[in-house]
Amino acid sequence: MRFNERELLCLARQPAEKAAEVLMRAPKKGSVLKKRLVKLVVNFLFYFRTDEAEPIGALLLEHCRITKEEENVFSISFLEEPERKYCFECDSEEQCQEWIEALKRASYEFMRRSLIFYRNEIQKMTGKDPLEQYGISEEARFQLGTRKQ
Amino acid sequence: MKLNERSVVHYATCDSPADHAGFLRKRVERHHHHAHHHHATSYQRRWFVLKGNLLFYFEERDSREPMGLVVLEGCTVELCEAAEEFAFAIRFDDAGARAYVLVADGHAAMEAWVKALSRASFDYMRLVVRELEKQLEEACKSLAACRKSPRRSSSSGRKRHLSNPALLPLQEKPAALENGYSTWGSGDGVPGGAACPDREEGHTKPPPLPPRRRSAASSTAGSPSPGLSPAMPESPVSPETACFSKLHNWYGQEIAALRREWQERQKRGHP
Repeated sequence: MRFNERELLCLARQPAEKAAEVLMRAPKKGSVLKKRLVKLVVNFLFYFRTDEAEPIGALLLEHCRITKEEENVFSISFLEEPERKYCFECDSEEQCQEWIEALKRASYEFMRRSLIFYRNEIQKMTGKDPLEQYGISEEARFQLGTRKQ
Repeated sequence: MKLNERSVVHYATCDSPADHAGFLRKRVERHHHHAHHHHATSYQRRWFVLKGNLLFYFEERDSREPMGLVVLEGCTVELCEAAEEFAFAIRFDDAGARAYVLVADGHAAMEAWVKALSRASFDYMRLVVRELEKQLEEACKSLAACRKSPRRSSSSGRKRHLSNPALLPLQEKPAALENGYSTWGSGDGVPGGAACPDREEGHTKPPPLPPRRRSAASSTAGSPSPGLSPAMPESPVSPETACFSKLHNWYGQEIAALRREWQERQKRGHP
């Protein structure tokens, strides 16, 4: 599958939501923990060798599960292959929790659900649709109740 | 650069609803920045699917895997001066970046695509969500404040509550909304600074223009709202709104009754 790598590389250079040096292990058998710089930008987690400007790779964070593993460690896995885990070891338990929280909120799908939730709550409380002022109240992606996962 | 391609393909093809889908003709790029007339420009019909900030295209509508992906963060969507009618382009900022020239079947389809793509970025979505979060907080506070003040029996008092301008800033639609075709993507071409209030102030100002990419400092780090707690998918509730939800349920019944009354009065007033 082709993708616009150039734009993704550009995105990787943008200011990050969150960035840190951690130890990372890929799901491949026999993988070892390696020091990486990880950077959360919109719904992508980029990972770099610590001395390089260009990322080795990116993880799209849709339909993924973030799991607390052992101390200081969390993992990212994807819905269709839950056993294949990318593991990350942080410096501290606190840092680990911060990353888990940030990554759980990092998906577009999560934001969409938040939007629908807030829209509905505001509508219930005030009788008005807060999306009208944006001109996007009719868009299918913001409707209540019609979306599955 | 590696990408978790298997998962991305799965996301593209799973049955989670798409934000927009349809056939478009895609211009074939042959390493030219502009379509010179002495080279024949050709287009290929592909099935396009928009999910979030990701635009996938498939060879056929029933292809099992996408041919390609266009990550839409930081793009602008513009109508095109191409020889083709109903053409529009997705362009990116950095020098030398190619544009994706796409051709719709008709005017309505073109408009729908441009609208959908212009608002597809994660940044835009995040902006809207934060606005609504604030509005909900303000609505709850208003509610609580109203509760405390002495109740009036006159209908005008109740009406005032429901049409409290502090609840929803309906005035001043941002000008950019009317100009929907140009720079909604990253907003980089828009002097967004002018009309754009500092969101940290928490005033009920009109929603800001779609953002340039903001520095991390102004996104979550400095944000006044508390982090969302690890939420169940159905109700992403922050520690504060959990409490507001209770408030809401508590007062909800009264509001529903008031609103019904008010709506009935409106109906009577406007036959």
